[in-house]
Amino acid sequence: MFTSVDDVSARLAETGYLASPAVATTVFLAGRLGKPLLVEGPAGVGKTELAKAVAQMAGARLVRLQCYEGVDESRALYEWNHAKQLLRISAGRDESWDETRTDIFSEEFLLPRPLLTAIRGDEPTVLLIDETDKADIEMEGLLLEVLSDFQITVPELGTVTATRRPFVVLTSNAGRELSEALRRRCLFLHIGFPEEELERRIVGLKVPGLGAALTESVVRVVGALRAMDLRKAPSVAETVDWAHTLLALGADTLDETVVRDSLGVILKHQDDIQKAAAKLDLDAL
Amino acid sequence: MTAVAERITGLVGALRAHGVRIGTGESVDAARAVEALGLADRERLREGLAATLLHGAGQRAVFDPVFDLYFPRGVGGPDGERAGREALRERLAEALAADDGALLARLAAEAVDGLGGYGSSPGADGWSAYQTLDRLRPQTLLARVRADVRGRDGGGEGFADRLLDDEIRRRIEAFRRMVGTEARRRVAERRGREEIARRGVVPTADRVDFLFAGRDQLAELRRAVQPLARKLATRLAARRRRAARGTVDLRRTLRSSLSTGGVPMRPVLRRRRPVRPELVLLCDVSGSVSGFSDFTMLLVQALHDQFSKIRVFAFVNRLDEVTGLLDHGRADPDGLSARIRAEATLTGWHGSSDYGVALGEFAERYGDAVGPRTTVFVLGDARTNMSDPNLAAVREVARRARRVYWLNPEPRGQWGTGDSAAPDYAGLVEMHECRTARQLGALIARLLPV
Repeated sequence: MFTSVDDVSARLAETGYLASPAVATTVFLAGRLGKPLLVEGPAGVGKTELAKAVAQMAGARLVRLQCYEGVDESRALYEWNHAKQLLRISAGRDESWDETRTDIFSEEFLLPRPLLTAIRGDEPTVLLIDETDKADIEMEGLLLEVLSDFQITVPELGTVTATRRPFVVLTSNAGRELSEALRRRCLFLHIGFPEEELERRIVGLKVPGLGAALTESVVRVVGALRAMDLRKAPSVAETVDWAHTLLALGADTLDETVVRDSLGVILKHQDDIQKAAAKLDLDAL
Repeated sequence: MTAVAERITGLVGALRAHGVRIGTGESVDAARAVEALGLADRERLREGLAATLLHGAGQRAVFDPVFDLYFPRGVGGPDGERAGREALRERLAEALAADDGALLARLAAEAVDGLGGYGSSPGADGWSAYQTLDRLRPQTLLARVRADVRGRDGGGEGFADRLLDDEIRRRIEAFRRMVGTEARRRVAERRGREEIARRGVVPTADRVDFLFAGRDQLAELRRAVQPLARKLATRLAARRRRAARGTVDLRRTLRSSLSTGGVPMRPVLRRRRPVRPELVLLCDVSGSVSGFSDFTMLLVQALHDQFSKIRVFAFVNRLDEVTGLLDHGRADPDGLSARIRAEATLTGWHGSSDYGVALGEFAERYGDAVGPRTTVFVLGDARTNMSDPNLAAVREVARRARRVYWLNPEPRGQWGTGDSAAPDYAGLVEMHECRTARQLGALIARLLPV
């Protein structure tokens, strides 16, 4: 799928995703070893974006399974189209039951859900299982078969095995500890907050209108905020938002007033804002 | 077996010794990763091995130092003359001002080589990071580096300028870590890396002994409270679900059997009323065990929605209720113990802990906090400073409560030594050894009432 780590890095950059060496290396390995990739990290560091970027760079179709509490087999794997089956039964009145039965459990009446779709396709596919930690434990059991053998068993049809293994990305916010069995089947990648230099490049790419000097100040302030032990440290998404805000405000340098007025863009809790204001020597809000 | 394979299995063995669970499959994957990545780029190799061998972000703190031992940056000391202290400080200041990572790493190597050696033989018997840093004193360079950076940027009037001090401090901190890594590498060359990997690498925060944890480790533990609480909450919920499947309800089974002609086809189970238990925490917050108490209080507070009522009492030799200080949102974990000391009356005539008086005061003043639905946790080392342990008060609390557990942060072997009254108390209530966050997590999951 990929020839080298540098190749991954360069091609991800082409799609607008600047990858740290750790990300590029792990994506390369996932492609090479054919193992699913489990991505963890705080909200807003680009876990889902990574899957999208990989799909774009490989020219693959992106199939997404969004997990939530109570997501089950019929939402994740497949479902029989009952309404259509009933129509079929009532339409064919003069044929025997055996004929009807074999007919209504055929491909035509199967509604494939994301996992089956990803496994059945012939074209290259990236399967994104988003927010895996939101799904119940039972769902993890279901994923185990799919992720280790890349096959799904439909009792009426037989076992469907992937002709072409999809590139699987699972994301998790660590809202719940995923089971050891699931972790074992995956390569593990933790995306943290980026290094200063990388973040400058990200801001430069996403908000090109912002001057280099201001970009640097923005990244430095965000770096200082992250070191402060806040309830919710600002993520890359917040940095980019802040840069957009500053651009819209027409600020050309950071000063006390600008920071005080726009601190709400990067910090989402009142006590965080107060703490940061105190540490940054802003006047009382 | 090739040299590389041997290296990988050695690395895996060292990680296992630190409690990272790695199966054979992962070792094979790691070898395949090394094959795919090659050995040319060390940082890529590090990331590749981490991706295949680790299962969680917390394990990274153990992995990095072990990796540095098994795949060292180089062999032996740096070439050339040993640099003197002043010359090193000079160059270090410049490197810090420029924030040049590669140069800092090289300086760390030179510093350990020049200043860290101890012993007599021509080279040195060993290398000490502590000695290196003590002689080099990088923290005293702050003012100079600041002046350097300001001079370079010309002036320094911008807003971001006020962040400079903290940034320089972080760079110095990073340099100190580099020195530590370098010293470990040099020592490992002398004494064998297996031994250093086992002893010289700090264990993950959840395996650190509460009584010996440093300030940084306690801060890290506090950050781990929320994830641990979430994990425990899931486990408690699962236990509750299982416990909800109760015994057969005969009356309702017979009633429902009427629809099947009196044959009880489907047994109806007794529904349990979800009783949310009450919890009372008695915490010794005297100096010796305050790290342990703080952590446990925060953990219980983070679990507050699992209980109908939580009351927390702190004591040294007098006892006071501190439930209000732990309120959500108000609780600033860092200053917790300072606030408890400032706002609650915990000491009488002297400052050392006295279990007898404190427990007596609890039984007397707050006796009504304990009822038949209450589970009581006592946290402390049971060291009474030779005063009366007041077993009657404990007996009284144990009689009223549904359960009483005592969590003791001392190793079991030390119970009963010196002024410890642990065996006396253990005779009355269930006492458990609880030395690390990992043990605490396991105990809480097991002991908390469902």
